[in-house]
Amino acid sequence: MTDATPTYEVGQHPDLPPPRSEVGVLGWMKHNLFSSPFNVVMTLLGIWFLWWLIPPLFDWIVLDAVWTADSRKECWEKMEVPEGAACWAFIKGRFQLFVYGFYPHALRWRVNLSFVLLIMAIVPVLYDNMPGRKYGLWYAMAFPFIAGWLLVGGFGLTPVDTDQFGGIMLTFVIGVTGISFSLPIGVLLALGRRSKMPVLRILCVMFIEFIRGVPLIALLFIASSMLNFFLPPGTVFDLLIRVLIMVTLFASAYIAEVVRGGLQAIPRGQHEAADALGLTFMKAQALIILPQALKISIPGIVNTFIGLYKDTTLVLIIGMLDPLGIGRASLADAVWAGLAREVYLFVALFFFICCFSMSRYSLYLERKLHTGH
Amino acid sequence: MPTSMTEGIAEDEIRHPTKKLTVSEEVAIEMVAVHKWYGEFHVLKDINLTVHKGERIVICGPSGSGKSTLIRCINRLEEHQKGRIVVDGVELTGDLKNIERVRSEVGIVFQSFNLFPHLTVLENCSLAPIWVRRMRRADAEEIAMKYLERVRIPEQALKYPGQLSGGQQQRVAIARSLCMSPRIMLFDEPTSALDPEMIKEVLDVMVELAESGMTMLCVTHEMGFATAVANRVIFMDFGEIIEQNEPHEFFNHPQHDRTKLFLSQILHH
Repeated sequence: MTDATPTYEVGQHPDLPPPRSEVGVLGWMKHNLFSSPFNVVMTLLGIWFLWWLIPPLFDWIVLDAVWTADSRKECWEKMEVPEGAACWAFIKGRFQLFVYGFYPHALRWRVNLSFVLLIMAIVPVLYDNMPGRKYGLWYAMAFPFIAGWLLVGGFGLTPVDTDQFGGIMLTFVIGVTGISFSLPIGVLLALGRRSKMPVLRILCVMFIEFIRGVPLIALLFIASSMLNFFLPPGTVFDLLIRVLIMVTLFASAYIAEVVRGGLQAIPRGQHEAADALGLTFMKAQALIILPQALKISIPGIVNTFIGLYKDTTLVLIIGMLDPLGIGRASLADAVWAGLAREVYLFVALFFFICCFSMSRYSLYLERKLHTGH
Repeated sequence: MPTSMTEGIAEDEIRHPTKKLTVSEEVAIEMVAVHKWYGEFHVLKDINLTVHKGERIVICGPSGSGKSTLIRCINRLEEHQKGRIVVDGVELTGDLKNIERVRSEVGIVFQSFNLFPHLTVLENCSLAPIWVRRMRRADAEEIAMKYLERVRIPEQALKYPGQLSGGQQQRVAIARSLCMSPRIMLFDEPTSALDPEMIKEVLDVMVELAESGMTMLCVTHEMGFATAVANRVIFMDFGEIIEQNEPHEFFNHPQHDRTKLFLSQILHH
């Protein structure tokens, strides 16, 4: 046995690199995949399962898929085995419908412009490394009105009936409106619920508990049929506006509870320090308490937003055509009947891309705001 | 001609010449027959206290005696149910405007520092001048740097509180209160959460503050600090002020049995 390790004087031991098998990829694999006999078996089972699942799936979705055809029959004839691959020609043919719904063809540039403006409005809100961010934020506050005018028309643009909204465009309209308006309303509800003024507190609690006690579908039905009874006779409220109001109020109740949880986590000392410096209630909330509370609540808030975004698909129950609604309507066409898998995969992919992006942004935000406490 | 230069001057003044000089006749804080209850629990019983401008007062006593509650009543972090408290000529009532006015003249330093963790040290200090005194950001930051230099940590200005040691955080807390140029400073056990090595750096700042003539009320167990700068030491037990005296007399000739018991416990451990 050779003694390969040299000895050092006390206090003179140099910093050595760790052994190769303990760090890097090899080290990770050793510790996480092969650390015990049970883990070795699970790893091998996992590898076998992935080998069994992924290549055929990839073949079905991408490699053997048919991208151009005029009918389902033609699509399946082009494949080695009928139904042996995805017929994306269906989606390609219907793509415009999926994205714009029934928006008039000639005016679709307005939808495209709104989308570009949306990206321009989102970027300064989400990222704060931009020069001139202040102007970006003012623009972002004006954006809902600009986009509303562009999409609905009037005042110089050809009006478009909101019944013609549909598809991905409709999801974005409901989702973005719901998300951006429910957060400030939710924060106000949370503060109101924690208020010492009994009337305000009771009103906020009643609102939150009513909304949470009723499914969103029921609220949408109320919006589509009953809301007119609560309003003065003769007011004709656009269905889309009613849906937007309901979705926003629904989300704001959930946001209120998430934010209230965050507010409860702030130590009393923060309130006391803010009070002791002479800050009024509103200034203390805006400068000290809410920044910390919202930061803690980010996972819960983004969770609610993701849920809200997916819940927008419920509007198909009251006759509005979101991507899923359009997909199901397209499946009724005899030429293309039977391609349900393609439709649902496509809609699922659309939602996954959007929701995963929101998740990733939330992680970015948490990392950015981590100031070591 | 006097036989000695020091004939006629009290022994205490020779050892601590700053003590008597800066106490004026003006009253900074007046508490008259103040009682406070937490629910059924009678926490402050008939407190009568007059603090003059420039006076430094140390309040000591066993835990639960109401010392923290007493000083927190002065800037209305706690509300008293009976009696009068007048701070800087303003009586403390339920009127919000008065409370905010008083609070911007009274600074407080907490045992658990209570710095704002999402803001840098500089932002912590400049926040109140900007949003309460409505200063411009540049002016507020200048004042903040001045006080950070005074507490000897100007190089930490852009760090977050979570990156500082306890002693540094407490000094930032002191600087944050001083940026509002308060007339009265309250200290609620400022060194109780600190390691022994850091206690000295905070006490040095407090001694320097005392020598500059600030009116200070300090709840602390640091009796060395009391001896060095206090004009008066007050002993509280079970919500009452038992005894108050200037430090030399207080420590060497305590009058009450409870005071004697307390002193024997803390001075001989």
